[in-house]
Amino acid sequence: MNIVVCVKQVPDTATERKLRPDDKTIDREAAEGVINEICEYAVEEALRLKEAHGGEVTVLTMGPSKATDTIRKALAMGADKAVHLVDDALHGSDGLQTSYALAQVLKKIGFDVVILGSESTDARMGTLAAMLAERLDAPQLSLANKVEIDGSTIRIQRLTDYGFDRVEASLPAVVSVVEKINEPRYPSFKGIMAAKKKPVETLSVADAEIDAAKVGLASAATEVVDFAVAPPRAAGTIVKDEGDGGVKVAEFLASKKFV
Amino acid sequence: MAEILVLVDHVDGEVKKVTLELLTLARSLGEPSAVWAGPGYAADAKAKLAEYGAEKVYVADDADIADHVVAPKAELLAQLVGSASPAAVLIAASQEGKEIAGRLAVKTESGVITDAVGVDSDLTAELSIFGGGVNVKSRVKTGTPIIAIRPNSTAPEASQGAAAEERVTVSLSDSAKAARVVERVKQEKGARPELTEAAIVVSGGRGVGSADKFSVIEELADSLGAAVGASRAATDAGWYPHQFQVGQTGKTVSPQLYIAVGISGAIQHRAGMQTAKTIVAINKDSEAPIFELADYGVVGDLHTVTPQLTEEIKKRK
Ligand SMILES: Cc1cc2nc3c(=O)[nH]c(=O)nc-3n(C[C@H](O)[C@H](O)[C@H](O)COP(=O)(O)OP(=O)(O)OC[C@H]3O[C@@H](n4cnc5c(N)ncnc54)[C@H](O)[C@@H]3O)c2cc1C
Ligand SMILES: Nc1ncnc2c1ncn2[C@@H]1O[C@H](COP(=O)(O)O)[C@@H](O)[C@H]1O
Repeated sequence: MNIVVCVKQVPDTATERKLRPDDKTIDREAAEGVINEICEYAVEEALRLKEAHGGEVTVLTMGPSKATDTIRKALAMGADKAVHLVDDALHGSDGLQTSYALAQVLKKIGFDVVILGSESTDARMGTLAAMLAERLDAPQLSLANKVEIDGSTIRIQRLTDYGFDRVEASLPAVVSVVEKINEPRYPSFKGIMAAKKKPVETLSVADAEIDAAKVGLASAATEVVDFAVAPPRAAGTIVKDEGDGGVKVAEFLASKKFV
Repeated sequence: MAEILVLVDHVDGEVKKVTLELLTLARSLGEPSAVWAGPGYAADAKAKLAEYGAEKVYVADDADIADHVVAPKAELLAQLVGSASPAAVLIAASQEGKEIAGRLAVKTESGVITDAVGVDSDLTAELSIFGGGVNVKSRVKTGTPIIAIRPNSTAPEASQGAAAEERVTVSLSDSAKAARVVERVKQEKGARPELTEAAIVVSGGRGVGSADKFSVIEELADSLGAAVGASRAATDAGWYPHQFQVGQTGKTVSPQLYIAVGISGAIQHRAGMQTAKTIVAINKDSEAPIFELADYGVVGDLHTVTPQLTEEIKKRK
């Protein structure tokens, strides 16, 4: 089975994240780039599917050259190889364009299952799996906390507002996972060493047959027109419970007219 | 005036509050047309949509629409974008809402903005990104603006609309039917307000200690007419169902008041509640990061502080 897992590098959420004043895109230089947390769950699920059904796991990342660190992390976890879509022409692409670019690569490399995380911590769009399913004309099996493959049938549990749906489709399919699905493995020392030798194919926009006029900041379908650092929250009042902590909170709530 | 399509969010035939918010917002942008997708449409729903200003209601209530994941709703909306040429499409920024918005954007080659907390009359959207650290104004340059809006961003205000009903038939493509819902599993919800809609949310975390002890959280919530939320530690432990999880991969809530009980305030939790107007925390660890956000905090044992708070609120009623 040909399993492709889409992995994104994002600015570390533990550091101060910024937009660039010049072109108002995410400043990917300012903060350390790390693997988007949920993508680790996507990689883990891809590895488990491979372990159960055989085949190969390919990591797919679109991002600047420093995103290779993130690719190595996924390879160290156990993925077999990677495709890195990297080209200055991609800078500033929005969700619509990213989905176009990744879909072009996926059409080129082929897949039985594409696995994504449900949401990235930087853009927080939570739309990419849906967009890829639309572009690839493949079933959308998103927000999964359980995935099962049985021959050419794939079944997931999709988390919903009321509980979950059991959803079924035929392969090939696009899957997105939530963090409840598994516990991602830590790369072993052996895994880290092996990752250094695993093949990473870099593709330019031209290599992937992406129309350069359809990607990048200039042709993005959305634009940030303005941004400002939010004023910090005013420091609150923190009290130690002296046996009357509950009463004190009630007084605070009353002062704010909540009770 | 230009039409603004508002996708109706409904459960069991009942229109969710977020839809009334979107209709209210749509009135400041143009003429709202509600779009009903899936079964359950009835007179009550229509009346509600009219009350909040829907001039038109497009109805596509075949069961088919709900029996497949997301794609049918996007197909319906794409068809309406084609026929009505609206100035914008507004959708609730639930996880499913965002997915619908994404597919619709691809179908109509339009820009999509998710998680907006406001929309100006020129259709510029306001967002709060990086865990509330940066406020952004964004706009769609290409196609029909598709904007997914966070619940609780606008106060719903009634204003009667004509709600002229227009039946819509969609003949779903095969690809829209590719992912079939074979079973729906409902986990009980209770009579409390819906998490994303509630004005007050009381959430419990690992500090609560067990499923049984969540009654402490529920009792406080009930004394305030609030919804109950939970951290991932609490949902993963099985103390509370997953759909009550607040955070990065759970619900994003923007209530007037958020009370975090026994929650440390990890970045992934904060991502889902940081835009609450007032934040109160009860935690025994004075170093817990949640106190950095709290307008009011008590360092103490939740098992004594919380019941006392509940009693005191009841007394004051
Ligand atoms: C990909 C990913 C996605 C995630 N998504 C989410 C998400 O959507 N939502 C979410 O919440 N988390 C999410 N997390 C998890 C997050 O990182 C934290 O692990 C989680 O929020 C911790 O929950 P908690 O605060 O209840 O538990 P803890 O961090 O263990 O905190 C418990 C707190 O309770 C206090 N406490 C204990 N006993 C008492 C007592 N008797 N009285 C008072 N206080 C007490 C402790 O001092 C402590 O501060 C995600 C993590 C990952 C990796
Ligand atoms: N540039 C990218 N390269 C590879 N995968 C991506 C990229 N952007 C987003 N993804 C995938 O899409 C998921 C959701 O991202 P988003 O829709 O941006 O919130 C992520 O968890 C990744 O799996």
